Amino acid sequence: MMDNIFINYSLFILFLPLGAFLVQILIGKRLPRQGDWVSIGAIVITLILAIAMFVAMLLDYDPNFKQEASFTWIDMGAFSISLGFLVDNITVIMLLVVALISTCTHIFSLEYLKGDVRYSRYYAYLGLFTFSMNGIVLANNLVSMYMSWELVGVSSFLLIGHWFEKDTAADASKKAFLTNRVGDIGFFIGIMLIYTAVGSFAFGDIFEGVAAGMISGTTLTFAGVGLFLGAMGKSSQFPLHIWLPDAMEGPTPVSALMHAATMVAAGVYLSVRIFPILTPDALLFVAYIGGFTAIFAATIAITQNDIKKVLAYSTVSQLGYMILAVGTGVYTAAFFHLLTHAMFKANLFYGSGSVIHSMHHALHEKHDHDTDPQDMRNMGGFKDKMPVTYWSMLLSTLAIAGVPLFSGFLSKDAILAGTLSFAQHHPEHFLLPIFGFGAAAITAFYMFRMMFLTFHGEPQMPELMDDIHESPKEMTGPLILLGGLSVFVWYTLPYFNPISSHGWFTDLVVPKDAVVPGNLTAHEIEEGAHHAHYLAMGLSIGVAVLGIGLSILMYLKKVFSAETWGSRAGFMYDWSLNKYYFDENYNKYLYQPTLRLANKIAWIDWELYDKYFINGFGRVTDWASRVTGKFDFDAIDQTLVDGTAKLASGLGAIFKKVQTGKLQNYVLYVTAGVIVLMIIQSF
Amino acid sequence: MHDLNTYLFVAAILFSLGVFGVMTRRNGIAVLMGVELILNAANINFVAFSRFGGMNMDGHVFALLVIVLAAAEAAVALAIVINIYNNMNTINVDEASALKE
Amino acid sequence: MAEISFWFVISMTVLSATAVVLSNQLIYSAMALLFTLFGVAGIYVFLWADFMAGVQLLVYIGGILVLIIFGIMLTNRISSVRLSQTNVQQGVGGAVAIWLFILISMVVSKTPWFTADAVEPTGTVAEVGTLLLTKYLLPFEAISLLLLGALIGAALLSRKEN
Repeated sequence: MMDNIFINYSLFILFLPLGAFLVQILIGKRLPRQGDWVSIGAIVITLILAIAMFVAMLLDYDPNFKQEASFTWIDMGAFSISLGFLVDNITVIMLLVVALISTCTHIFSLEYLKGDVRYSRYYAYLGLFTFSMNGIVLANNLVSMYMSWELVGVSSFLLIGHWFEKDTAADASKKAFLTNRVGDIGFFIGIMLIYTAVGSFAFGDIFEGVAAGMISGTTLTFAGVGLFLGAMGKSSQFPLHIWLPDAMEGPTPVSALMHAATMVAAGVYLSVRIFPILTPDALLFVAYIGGFTAIFAATIAITQNDIKKVLAYSTVSQLGYMILAVGTGVYTAAFFHLLTHAMFKANLFYGSGSVIHSMHHALHEKHDHDTDPQDMRNMGGFKDKMPVTYWSMLLSTLAIAGVPLFSGFLSKDAILAGTLSFAQHHPEHFLLPIFGFGAAAITAFYMFRMMFLTFHGEPQMPELMDDIHESPKEMTGPLILLGGLSVFVWYTLPYFNPISSHGWFTDLVVPKDAVVPGNLTAHEIEEGAHHAHYLAMGLSIGVAVLGIGLSILMYLKKVFSAETWGSRAGFMYDWSLNKYYFDENYNKYLYQPTLRLANKIAWIDWELYDKYFINGFGRVTDWASRVTGKFDFDAIDQTLVDGTAKLASGLGAIFKKVQTGKLQNYVLYVTAGVIVLMIIQSF
Repeated sequence: MHDLNTYLFVAAILFSLGVFGVMTRRNGIAVLMGVELILNAANINFVAFSRFGGMNMDGHVFALLVIVLAAAEAAVALAIVINIYNNMNTINVDEASALKE
Repeated sequence: MAEISFWFVISMTVLSATAVVLSNQLIYSAMALLFTLFGVAGIYVFLWADFMAGVQLLVYIGGILVLIIFGIMLTNRISSVRLSQTNVQQGVGGAVAIWLFILISMVVSKTPWFTADAVEPTGTVAEVGTLLLTKYLLPFEAISLLLLGALIGAALLSRKEN
């Protein structure tokens, strides 16, 4: 079983980053160059293995390819837990994504984190994250996925809080961790519901159990929604989206790796994995959450001025897309979008990192430590100064905006076709495609707004322009690579049709029927999506052009003034700028009442319970111990213990006279003693 | 020729004399000689029991081991005696009574 | 003839042993010990233990007695006359020793000892050697270690300080 090449490679892919983590955390600081080469070596080997697996998968070209290996972890008679690997096409693709983005991040960080105080610790955490992310990807059961899930949460906490001297970073890491916990509780409840009904944690057993009707109806809906809550937390879906924008306090390469490409995609990955057991009701819930998140986050992204905040809300919005796709049944499209989005969004983050790095450097030269290097209002006109960054970001922006010839167009198109088809089946859910297309238009608009504000127009701080330089090749390398991967052709090989996603991906990742009785079959969904394909394509090109056009008019040509339109929008602009006051409302209606309740309970605990109950116990004990203490001292100590000592002392005074120190006296005593013993014996 | 008891009596005499020597002699080396008498008495017993127990050679081996022990003990004891002499300029064991309280 | 020599050996042993413990001159004691050890060797011969008799002569007389005489030479001036070689508890010690002898004699005479007949062997060396390297190999090795320890200990104890 374990001699399989895929399983062996997976083992290496899983544990190499863990090894790098251990080396870094234990002796990293003492190694030359703080040991970054250990981490980079490990991750490059991981990448090579992942590519090897990917090539093997392509050579095999089997849509039903599947390898499983498991071992028993806990065995207590009736209760046993097996852990193991599941390697299928989705796993292989996901492993490659994780390994590729992780490698890029490792290399990018060489320059970005140069001279950082916790350089080796940073690389250690990157290794830990890669290990746990691969753990999620490779899990064949919910338990090991849950464990890796939490480890991902921990490494996210550690990396967001990398610069924990900054209060905002420390708060953001706590917020990310705690918000994730909310979703994880649901995840855990879902796992337990399913285990109670099916008696196994393994995906295969669960699917069989659900198909056999061991769990169905409302219970299954709740279990599915519970599992999806975990996905909501990790994938930052409304209303648990609040942590992701704050997570931008972490180093930018980390944002690219975790908060754009992989960690937040874990929720989508989980949804894709559990798709077959989601009931129609649960799917509807998923679809609405995803759709609403997509358009909701997009409207926030319009008004943000921080370049990373724009990207963060864009990520939330795109994740909403994927979740929407899962909810409407085209879950392979969700995974396709995960793949393309990982590439272009990671690239956008690297690009923003490059810009911020350059800004930071320029501000440093001017001894200006007050200006925010991430604020787009301070940028402008960087296009000629940073050509590599500009062009690679432009490729990715075109991809995310859904322009034909780019990867995002294909995947977004598949999702939108799915929503249209869903709405055709269920006309009462007409809102879902509106969410989808609306978000697409807004995405195109704000992404180009970001590009224009950053790279075009007049420099807002001309005094900095002399010091704005292209970043070194450790940073531009990943940019060029991932920018190139934003082009459609990589995803449609061996075909070259820019408007059809037909290619190796659609051949290898084919949707499977849901195991819940009553759901649409994969074939029906595909038929529907196929029919809606051209309509969706036309509409999506239309909204993309609309969004880009508006953006050009407003920010490039300045035909309309952004300020005027912003003030005309009135309260809507304010809401968007302030993220719909979510943090404030959570604070007012959730955190503060919780704190007040906690204070009340603490008052009861302290004033009543502690003072009367606990202290009462204390007084009784005190009195009892005084009594026993008196007895102990007078009766035992003075009489018994001291008496014994006095007796021993008196006897000692008598017997010490026998101790002459003369050896021969002793011999005499001994011999005399022997004689006495012999005489006694003889009677 | 002679029975076992003859030898045992001789050994008893040697043993008692050895014990007497150990108890009463002041000189450390003389004490050592008493010890040698005791050991010889024990050896006579070993060999005698061996002879009258059907010529069982185990007794001889034990006697041999006792002789070796005696040699080792004599060497160490004499080293101690010489050490005491160097330190106290006497080898009378009743003067070396530092063990006293 | 054998009878006479036997009793001669016995009496020589006992008398010289008495001299060992009673003599006032230490060097006389050592000389008396020589005869005692000779006597014991003779007793071994009567007990058919030829190898033991040889070892007794070699180790005791050739080794231990010489060592003792060395000790006497190193610590005494031979000519010096000692006031007393015995300590104060001579009377009590004598009584104890006599009681000891009486009790042992009682034990010896009252106990029905196990005896078995035997033929006089032509030599005991081979048998003792075989036993030492088979049945008693472990004690044999242990005693060799003990000898080594005694050697080192004696050297350590008798060396000059600093």
